[in-house]
Amino acid sequence: MATMTIVSRPPENEGMAPLPWRRMAWVTWRQHRAALFGVGAFLGLVSLYLVISGLHLHHVYSAAVACRPAVSLTCNDLVSSFNSSGDFLSSGLVLQVVPVLIGAFVGAPLLAREMETGTFRFAFTQGFGRGRFALAKLVSLAVAVTAAAGVFSVLTSWYYQPYFLAVNERLGLSETTPFAPGLFDLREVTLAAWTLVAFAIGALAGMLIRRVVPAIVATLVAYAGLAIAAGSVFRAHYLAPLVTRKLNVTALDWTLNQRWTTRGGRSVSQSVISQVLQAGDPQLAGKGGVPQSLSVWRYLVGHGYTQWTTYQPTSRFWPFQLIEGSWLLALSVILIAVTVWLVRGRLT
Amino acid sequence: MNVVETRGLGKRFCDTWALRECTLSIPAEHVVALVGPNGAGKTTLLNLAVGLTAPSAGHLTVLGGETPGSPVALDGVAYVAQDVALYKNFSAVDLLHLTRNLNRQFDTALAESRLVELGVPLKRKVGRLSGGQQAQLALTLALARRPRLLLLDEPMAMLDPVARHDFMATVMTAVADDGVSVVLSSHVLAELERVADYLVLVSNGSVQVAGEVDDLLASHRVLTGPAAEADRAITSHIVHARRGEAQAHLLVRSSADDPVPSGWQAHPVGLEELALAYMRESGNAELSSSGSARENGPTEVATWRR
Repeated sequence: MATMTIVSRPPENEGMAPLPWRRMAWVTWRQHRAALFGVGAFLGLVSLYLVISGLHLHHVYSAAVACRPAVSLTCNDLVSSFNSSGDFLSSGLVLQVVPVLIGAFVGAPLLAREMETGTFRFAFTQGFGRGRFALAKLVSLAVAVTAAAGVFSVLTSWYYQPYFLAVNERLGLSETTPFAPGLFDLREVTLAAWTLVAFAIGALAGMLIRRVVPAIVATLVAYAGLAIAAGSVFRAHYLAPLVTRKLNVTALDWTLNQRWTTRGGRSVSQSVISQVLQAGDPQLAGKGGVPQSLSVWRYLVGHGYTQWTTYQPTSRFWPFQLIEGSWLLALSVILIAVTVWLVRGRLT
Repeated sequence: MNVVETRGLGKRFCDTWALRECTLSIPAEHVVALVGPNGAGKTTLLNLAVGLTAPSAGHLTVLGGETPGSPVALDGVAYVAQDVALYKNFSAVDLLHLTRNLNRQFDTALAESRLVELGVPLKRKVGRLSGGQQAQLALTLALARRPRLLLLDEPMAMLDPVARHDFMATVMTAVADDGVSVVLSSHVLAELERVADYLVLVSNGSVQVAGEVDDLLASHRVLTGPAAEADRAITSHIVHARRGEAQAHLLVRSSADDPVPSGWQAHPVGLEELALAYMRESGNAELSSSGSARENGPTEVATWRR
């Protein structure tokens, strides 16, 4: 009897293994090739500009470094030529839009367009199953945009390299800490990770809002909020900062704050410091009463004050890159999982 | 096997019930007309059957006990949504390829030859096809999946009479060739009257009537007689009454063999007239297997079989 029962089951109920994932390859490509071409063209144009501008920057930089004798007028010209050649890219703020634009314009429409045009009723009722349909697309496009951003970050990492070299200080070349907001997240691991998280935010916003344009706007806003919070709050705390009373913090380290204390350990405000300097030697006070130089520091230390500098050493660049990359990756995985969960559950 | 079976099914959107206390069994191998006014809950019922939405109350199964949205159900149920939800920037060829990739079974050759036969251009983008061509394309894609149950939501709303005729011809061919069960929703019964052999009438979020068309027609008739005597003379269940000064027209539930009260005349009822009567009286009169609709609450309905 048991055998009979098994044999008489309809054949459709047997071997209902899910359809293979590779079936989604063509589907994803056909549906999203325009977006991927768009990303390619956008990154291509920006890259072209970065290559041209970067070659010039690197050329001027190596000329300035190689110039002998360093005190000559020619060398001075080369140094100021490097210091002024960064144009609008030097702060990195303009390039901040790259990850969020890719993420918003590929991620947000991914499901929002299906919901807005009603095509989800076609796509989600096919045999592949809507959860797997969404998951396949989200994962493959996430990998695609992250990889594209990863390749692009090789270029940005190269572009900004001259600013992060220790030799700059001695030669009077402009330098900056690799932790600088606007630059830290354009390089190495973080650019790709931020692109991924922008994509994941876009996908979730699209599924929640179900309309393309509002979803893109929401993605831009949410991303900006997250990026600002990361840059101004989270990043400084990835590892406990170091504190020093010496002058061993360079411009390449990330100075979080500096304060003076008295011999007794009480904090001293900036205005008290200015008064001390004025009273002692007006020459030292400098413009606007802001003490700047080594002699200021020596004078104050000689009078029993201590300067405390809280900072992240530049050697922590890679650990910080990996920490930021990791939490962004984890956040992206969560956002994508929530999106798939919404697709599987809540539709109309 | 029941292709659709519901028990106490309900769906609530915010505070309003789009469908409630719906108990229904639709047997296989029928062409079912799912009829009701706009907003009656037809689309909600189909969305539930195809798994696009989850019930707020009760249960629904398809294909003899399968959960909507499960692999077996997705495999065996094809759905054509209300306004032909196809990708507008895809050509028919693209859509064939897409649908083939997304389904276990797909008869590309059949679909292609059917589209060629219907004169649907294969290379043209869907957005540039006529309404009739889009509907035919959506139907062809659904049928090429070789479904056991085909759900069509208002498939002909946007079509002209010729396109409607062609569309129904395609459906009926599939029914004849493959024995596919079909549920068609419409707010116009007239366009389904010729093809449907099973009627499910939905109104105000609940099922008013469900049954085979022949059974329904055989068990209802219109009695015409003096209005003054209506309440005394007529003992059968009155579905809908139209009373004039002198004459009353009563749609009653009784078979052709039942005796006609003296002074009254009996006429057979048409399907559309029957449906209209139930829709007008929705909330007042339901057809229930027990024969006493009110006792079971205003929305309780069972499959009506003689």
